[in-house]
Amino acid sequence: MAEAPFGLLAELTHRCPLQCGYCSNPLELVRRDAELSTEDWRRVFDQARALGALQIHLSGGEPLLRPDLPELVAHANSLGCYVNLVTSGVGLSRDRLRSLASLGVDHVQLSLQDATREGNDRIAGIKAFDRKVEAAAHVLDEGLPLTVNTVLHRQNLDNVAGIIAMAEQMGAERLELANTQYYGWALRNRAVLLPTRAQLAAADPVVAAAQERLRGRMEIVYVIADYHEAHPKPCMYGWGARQLTVAPNGDVLPCPAATVISSLEIENVRDSSLHDIWHHSPSFNAFRGFEWMRDPCRSCPRKEIDFGGCRCQAFQLTGDAAATDPVCSLSPERSTVDLILETEMAPSEVPAMAMRKMR
Amino acid sequence: MTAAVALDAVPRIRRGVKCTYDQIRSAHVVLFPEGVLVLNETAASVVALCDGVRSVGDIAVVLADEYAGVEPGDVASLIARMVERRVVDVDG
Repeated sequence: MAEAPFGLLAELTHRCPLQCGYCSNPLELVRRDAELSTEDWRRVFDQARALGALQIHLSGGEPLLRPDLPELVAHANSLGCYVNLVTSGVGLSRDRLRSLASLGVDHVQLSLQDATREGNDRIAGIKAFDRKVEAAAHVLDEGLPLTVNTVLHRQNLDNVAGIIAMAEQMGAERLELANTQYYGWALRNRAVLLPTRAQLAAADPVVAAAQERLRGRMEIVYVIADYHEAHPKPCMYGWGARQLTVAPNGDVLPCPAATVISSLEIENVRDSSLHDIWHHSPSFNAFRGFEWMRDPCRSCPRKEIDFGGCRCQAFQLTGDAAATDPVCSLSPERSTVDLILETEMAPSEVPAMAMRKMR
Repeated sequence: MTAAVALDAVPRIRRGVKCTYDQIRSAHVVLFPEGVLVLNETAASVVALCDGVRSVGDIAVVLADEYAGVEPGDVASLIARMVERRVVDVDG
């Protein structure tokens, strides 16, 4: 039997007021009429808790767009779970937050697109900056811990010092500076988003100095730009190991991007229980542990550290989900990533950002 | 590097951290923004005493009544690890 998961990422909806081109949601967004019902989600939370999940991340899209969010928060809380609200901040009024906090939200993760109003709103595609600043103030007033999350890319990486200052001003306890991971919309917009080597080299010491300066006050988590690295990220800390994702339509995913692996047979909460899916489904067992690996991963001591990297990335860039993540310098396909860097880091003609929207 | 915690320091559970018992794992757990710690019995006893009033030394004295061979230094280093994981804050 696989070990129990610690967390459930509940993508309540793909609807979102923001249109960020770096979004990792799939290009084919789930439409409102295909979303799970309140009863479905309550059952999913029950099953996740029974399976062992202790954290429920209410995410999306924008979870505030679900009118049943208060009921879902209360239900997750009643199960003893840690309830994390992952939001753009748009729609998070003082009253709304107060109510959600009283029903059991334990922590708020707020997205911030850039350090300035102009930059933030250009990346988000709507005027959201002022509402984010207000939302952060409400979270603080309510006494809830706040994490600010900024996805980094070519358009904002030069402003990382300003982003850190903004998160400090907002009163965040944690700041996640996450270099873009290329799935969904971000993959589509890669040639607009891939940072240059010079940008990363300039940002790294700024982040390191801030981590040191703010130690004990604001924790800064820095997620690497994996295309630029010699080793892959420890994606999900292993397939089907710690967390599961339920998409707005009830699809159960070993990783939020897993729908890209077209060979994977995805199960749905309308047809099976989370217990059966977690323990017995072909999708969750496909890349669990180390047995599925081939060389160079199989005999590599780093497999215990990075678990072979990301299966979705392997599939997207090599067509084989069981291949070594091609960002790894030991991958025979590393040249594919190098070619992408060469051609897309500083393209002679930069394409326009495809803003995230439902088709 | 885990910073040392003094015996007269007063630990408290951080804001936004939830301590609870998980029936599924039959273990005390600590829940915080991006993580879960599954505690063994000793760690659970220490965490339960991080009340913002008792010092590390006080906690060691209480535990010594309950368990044999409790060393204040061990309690201090366990609390230091909790501080490192941002589960516990210390004053003083």
